[in-house]
Amino acid sequence: MKGIEAFKVLAPLLKNEPTVLANGFISRAFFNVTDRKENFYMIGSMGLASSIGLGVALAQPERKTLILDGDGNVLMAMGTLAMIATCAPKNLIHIVIDNEVYESTGSQRTLSHEIKLEEVAKSAGYKQAMRVTRPEEIQPAYEKLYQAEGPVFLLIKVEPAFDASQGRVTHTPEQIRDRFMESIAG
Amino acid sequence: MLSSKIFVDKLRGNGFDFFTGVPCSLLSGLIAELEAIPEIGYIPSVREDAGVGLCAGAYMGGKQPVLLMQNSGFGYSLNAFTSLNLIYKIPVLVVMSWRGFGGKDAPEHIIMGDINEPLLKTSGMEYAVLDENNSDQVLATALKKINDERVPYTLLVKKGLFDERH
Ligand SMILES: Cc1ncc(C[n+]2csc(CCOP(=O)(O)OP(=O)(O)O)c2C)c(N)n1
Ligand SMILES: [Mg+2]
Repeated sequence: MKGIEAFKVLAPLLKNEPTVLANGFISRAFFNVTDRKENFYMIGSMGLASSIGLGVALAQPERKTLILDGDGNVLMAMGTLAMIATCAPKNLIHIVIDNEVYESTGSQRTLSHEIKLEEVAKSAGYKQAMRVTRPEEIQPAYEKLYQAEGPVFLLIKVEPAFDASQGRVTHTPEQIRDRFMESIAG
Repeated sequence: MLSSKIFVDKLRGNGFDFFTGVPCSLLSGLIAELEAIPEIGYIPSVREDAGVGLCAGAYMGGKQPVLLMQNSGFGYSLNAFTSLNLIYKIPVLVVMSWRGFGGKDAPEHIIMGDINEPLLKTSGMEYAVLDENNSDQVLATALKKINDERVPYTLLVKKGLFDERH
């Protein structure tokens, strides 16, 4: 499965959950699949989608909050997994698009071909952590984790094949913030 | 000396309601006060940049965050400030200990101590040096920057301002 296929399965499952997206192709590809005001496209600050998502989840404990992360991003901020596990927000779902490379910068290998990130999350103390490899597994896994008490972790293994010809996020950073905050407040 | 307890009360009185950080001995009294009040829910961050991200998310979720760090953590957080807070306009109050001030400290703090102010300035991070008499005034300035310009505001804390508990 390609990353974009995973997004095409995921996108229709989302309702009004605030969603923090990792930088690079993850934000870019998801923007091109479904742009929604609940999407916080993180364009810089690599590694921080997880801590930003944790902050949102703690500030809004009644709202399911999603993080759409990348393997390189998770590996850069592995300590944040421990923060998420100890803060233990029941409303947080951490999804990782694991293509085993830093695809956005030319597909240099990360370490996730050897390191099972869902096991790292489980050891850190996430309530549940799952790995899926086929498109048809995404919806059942997502729905199971959505019903469960968080924090939960869903690793989606994909082939590195985002379409680099797709455009970048067209909103300015301040517009992204405003839309995101309005979607939370409103 | 500025009482840690009074300063925590002032922060809360000014609406700050989300606290995280990575410790510095200069801030140990302050963190002890925060930890002593369970409803504050002080969150230990693993790294200062993770604290920046955490505060950014909390702010967007409706909180008024405070991030405590040693100035060594400013180095770790520089990219977070420049590629997150300063471009999305996401404010946070940073309480930053000024290790290496005046060249008197352990070797690892000397360079950052020297470049602390220029580095804040050159990266567009507004700040004030907190002292025992100006806390109301600098907090008023901080709130104005945070609410009107929506930028981070840093309070530099020299050794001896707060009590140390270790
Ligand atoms: C601190 C920092 N280092 C490096 C980069 C360059 N960079 C941008 S995206 C990216 C790769 C992200 O990897 P991953 O999370 O696996 O997402 P993918 O690109 O594979 O979709 C890198 C290295 C950056 N933006 N910030
Ligand atoms: Mg990747």
